[in-house]
Amino acid sequence: MTFTVEEVYETASMISEQNLDIRAATLGVNLKDCIDNDFEIFRKNVYERIVFHGRRLIRAAETVERKYGVPIVNKRIAVTPVSLIMETHVDREKFLDMARTLDQAAMDADIDFVGGFGAMVQKGMTRSERMLIDALPDVLSQTGRICAFLNVGSNVSGLNLDAVNLLGGMLHETAAKSRDSVGCSRFVVFVNAPEDNPFMAGAFHGVGEGDAALNIGISGPGVVKSVVEKNTAGDLTHLSETIKKTVFKITRSGELIGREMAGLLEIGFGIVDISLASTTAAGDSVAGVIEVFGIEKVGAHGSTMALALLMNAVKKGGAMASGNIGGLSGTFIPVSEDAGMIDAVQCGALGIDKLEALTAVCSVGLDMIAVPGDTPYHIINGIIADELSIGIVNNKTTGVRIIPAIGKQAGEILEFGGLLGRVPVMKVNPYSAKAFLGRGGRLPAPVTSLRN
Amino acid sequence: MEREQVFITVIGMDRKGIVASVSSYLYEQNINIVDINQRIMTDGYFVMTMLADIAEADISMEQLHNGLEETGKRMNMKIQVQHENIFKMMHRI
Repeated sequence: MTFTVEEVYETASMISEQNLDIRAATLGVNLKDCIDNDFEIFRKNVYERIVFHGRRLIRAAETVERKYGVPIVNKRIAVTPVSLIMETHVDREKFLDMARTLDQAAMDADIDFVGGFGAMVQKGMTRSERMLIDALPDVLSQTGRICAFLNVGSNVSGLNLDAVNLLGGMLHETAAKSRDSVGCSRFVVFVNAPEDNPFMAGAFHGVGEGDAALNIGISGPGVVKSVVEKNTAGDLTHLSETIKKTVFKITRSGELIGREMAGLLEIGFGIVDISLASTTAAGDSVAGVIEVFGIEKVGAHGSTMALALLMNAVKKGGAMASGNIGGLSGTFIPVSEDAGMIDAVQCGALGIDKLEALTAVCSVGLDMIAVPGDTPYHIINGIIADELSIGIVNNKTTGVRIIPAIGKQAGEILEFGGLLGRVPVMKVNPYSAKAFLGRGGRLPAPVTSLRN
Repeated sequence: MEREQVFITVIGMDRKGIVASVSSYLYEQNINIVDINQRIMTDGYFVMTMLADIAEADISMEQLHNGLEETGKRMNMKIQVQHENIFKMMHRI
């Protein structure tokens, strides 16, 4: 089989010039069989399981990375929702001990994040789940590698407002206890959370999964941007087709790498998540892709349609390329990690209201937004409830990762450094839905839940 | 022995001795060159692609990667090495 110089050059320059990489190779690991009545044995089992899989994951990633010249940026572990395995150990100190165990195991295996410190509470809460939520501020502020999630709603259960109403206070406490409010960046609240999502902070190993599964998150906004820049002429169909072909190629590389890594690990290959995920690297921005479509700044009227087009093309190209598409497979528009999004917020082109509208067509939700540290709890709860209602009504996953920036006001910048970058503090609507949210209960599931 | 083929991509400004440097390095590592192509791309870069069989190579993929990177640096060129499977996956259905 021969390839033209152009084909080889295209692939090589995707990696060397356009930041194509495997953003996340996340190994989902079952912890249910680690449970023991003796908590010390239970902890030891969990520690050994994580270290064993973590080290193997790193080795396999290095081998495949070398073979194909494609960087695998983040190697992570996702575990069975921790509230589930702690059902017989409902004690606040034990939750903290389990978090420290997972954190230590991640550190010893050189894994940057362990996801799954969370609970499925779309309809109600067990004692264990409630305790997990109460422990989250300490867990997130006292550990560095634990990622936490909650699933508070689904198409069939509706939205558990009682769970949402706990979050404003929990997030405030987490922010206040952590340096630069950073603990909140490792917590995401979902509706319709996928059980095989490879991306942090929301990755966990669902109860419908086997003992282990490798899930791959590809990336490549830079590649898509580059190809759009070379195709400035042409109508929307042409633009869509151009993106589809490129995403097809990117996804094929993810499929190949995932399969090979799963083969080396001797476990099942899970899914490829085709989400476009930006990074702080120059040019690796989803906002940048939208802007080369011909939009002055993301957030301008017309941006929602542009994102809808991008999303549609990404899904169609990806679906052709892999028989294992899963996870979130949307387009991430985090405000912190994407230089174009930060610019748009700072120049006033993009506010929370427009961001919420954008998430209606792209998933994955309001990601890494910072609000003033003195924002009342019920306003944070309202922001979360609105975003998650979009997911419930539109049969899709949405999530919220929101950071009350302690001591900061709208317009200021919260600096995290590293992978998380920096995030401008956004203005919130000061008017209140306190009385409405205070009613509690559940938002009834939409009529589509009655399909049976 | 079954073939194990990699593509070596050399990118930069055209100059004398590129093929000679890369091919002599490969020869020293007992790597057979199967095919060579080169072109000036529309964006002005000189690109040379080599298909090489590493089945009998004396060095590992990692050593090959590092060795070629060094060779490239001496010529002010960027050299990447990738197993051919990725091109099959991306460019052929």
